[in-house]
Amino acid sequence: MIEMIDVWKTYPNGVMALNGIDVYIEKGEFVYVVGPSGAGKSTFIKCMYREEKPTKGSIIINGTNLAKVKERQIPKVRRKMGVIFQDFKLLPRLTVYENVAFALEVIEESPKVIRERVMEVLDLVKLKNKARMFPDELSGGEQQRVSIARSIVNRPPVVIADEPTGNLDPETAWEIMDIFKEINARGTTVVMATHNKEIVNTITKRVIAIEGGRIVRDEAKGDYGYED
Amino acid sequence: MKIRTFKRHFVEAFKSMGRNGWMSFASISAVTVTLLLVSVFLAILLNINFIASQIEDDVQIRAYIERTEKPESYDVYQKDLEKLDKVKSVKYQSKEEGLDELIESLGDEGEVFSSLKEENPLRDAFIIYTDKPQDTAVVAKEVEKFKFVNKVEYGKGTVEKLFKVTDAARNVGIFLVLGLVFTAMFLISNTIKLTIVTRRREIEIMKLVGATNGFIRWPFFIEGFALGVFGAFLPIIVIAVGYQAVFDIVNQKLGTVFIELLPVTPLIPQLALLMLLIGGVIGVWGSLTSVRKFLKI
Ligand SMILES: Nc1ncnc2c1ncn2[C@@H]1O[C@H](COP(=O)(O)OP(=O)(O)O)[C@@H](O)[C@H]1O
Ligand SMILES: [Mg+2]
Repeated sequence: MIEMIDVWKTYPNGVMALNGIDVYIEKGEFVYVVGPSGAGKSTFIKCMYREEKPTKGSIIINGTNLAKVKERQIPKVRRKMGVIFQDFKLLPRLTVYENVAFALEVIEESPKVIRERVMEVLDLVKLKNKARMFPDELSGGEQQRVSIARSIVNRPPVVIADEPTGNLDPETAWEIMDIFKEINARGTTVVMATHNKEIVNTITKRVIAIEGGRIVRDEAKGDYGYED
Repeated sequence: MKIRTFKRHFVEAFKSMGRNGWMSFASISAVTVTLLLVSVFLAILLNINFIASQIEDDVQIRAYIERTEKPESYDVYQKDLEKLDKVKSVKYQSKEEGLDELIESLGDEGEVFSSLKEENPLRDAFIIYTDKPQDTAVVAKEVEKFKFVNKVEYGKGTVEKLFKVTDAARNVGIFLVLGLVFTAMFLISNTIKLTIVTRRREIEIMKLVGATNGFIRWPFFIEGFALGVFGAFLPIIVIAVGYQAVFDIVNQKLGTVFIELLPVTPLIPQLALLMLLIGGVIGVWGSLTSVRKFLKI
């Protein structure tokens, strides 16, 4: 499903963010990516959705080798994965409904499909009753739920999240995790970079720890393992 | 592309134009000034060319033949002249024909000359037409070199001055217009850049959810095109109204004898179409140059 083979990433300024990553993630897995700040977690995530191009090595996602994909085909690859960020990345001028529908509009889905799918995912993240509200009328947790809804509305087999609970208070973070658990239970692969020790240690899943751009630990039922 | 997608791009383009109202206004104004000058210059140039073609009949070279030459050799001389570079045709005109033409062209006053028929003061002549009116001076010099030629006449003053004026006007016009076109393009490209920056987040999200570059580019493309085309509206109105007025004045006051201007109907619609085209091209070009840089992520 997701495979990285000897992946290296050196930024143009000379920073070596990834130094030979080898990893295999099975379909339907739930994986935490942990490690100290500056370890290379975000770079790891960015290489997966091709925001960054590895300097060396290959990344195979859903059977597609990203290194061999032409620039024009990148949008096709991105349609098979949902991406979620710490800062939600919602469009302030659009309502909740419109923000989610946006993901389908830009890939030219039919209005009928858009309506069905948007209501379906808003139901899943429990925001059906706030569909007409604007992002600034919502709490942080609700905003993140909108962004999750947007990431899965296209029914991607993989969801990638970079510190999705980083901006949220602990209680809200748990609500968000419930949604990720639900998404994963429906068969979607989830890869999540996180700093949240409580969550990693409570909802135990596979843990990949990165330090200095290398995988230093990879455990099937791991714990957070850091003291922050 | 699906129609609803196109509609979406269209709405996006116009929303963004409204959001950056002042920059849009500046771009449209730049295009307007540019096209105003272009259209006025074009209208003037086309008319000068048109007038030049009207007096082209006067743009002939008259080479008078030495009286000592024998008419038997005229055929050979005519061939020699026809062989010259840039010469279209050569016609022989005897002195009798020449006099008749002169008398006729002078009308009543010409009667006086009728008495001269016995002692014709004119000479036999060749009338030479060049490929292009601009060539008359050069060809006239060549013709002068022939021994059998006594004197060469052509509408020296008027013709040469006319072409000097058209050439100068054309050069100045092209220079000015090119400068203005680039200014307009620069302004439009900056406007589009601004709209891209304000929509940066949107573009980022579009890319994340798998929108193609083409899809992202369309609204900017439409916006640039619209800015350019809007800029063409005022110049079209001005040139249409202005030209009609000038045309009427010239036709009434100066009469029909001297000059005639190009008729309004084919000229103005053609100019209007051209202005729309130039405006559109400037706009699209301006927008594409700024979008290209931006989408390379
Ligand atoms: N765009 C970039 N250009 C240059 N260096 C970068 C860039 N992004 C990240 N880095 C550097 O790469 C290293 C890894 O960063 P990152 O992947 O963001 O780590 P993490 O998400 O684990 O905190 C850091 O040293 C960071 O400064
Ligand atoms: Mg990070």
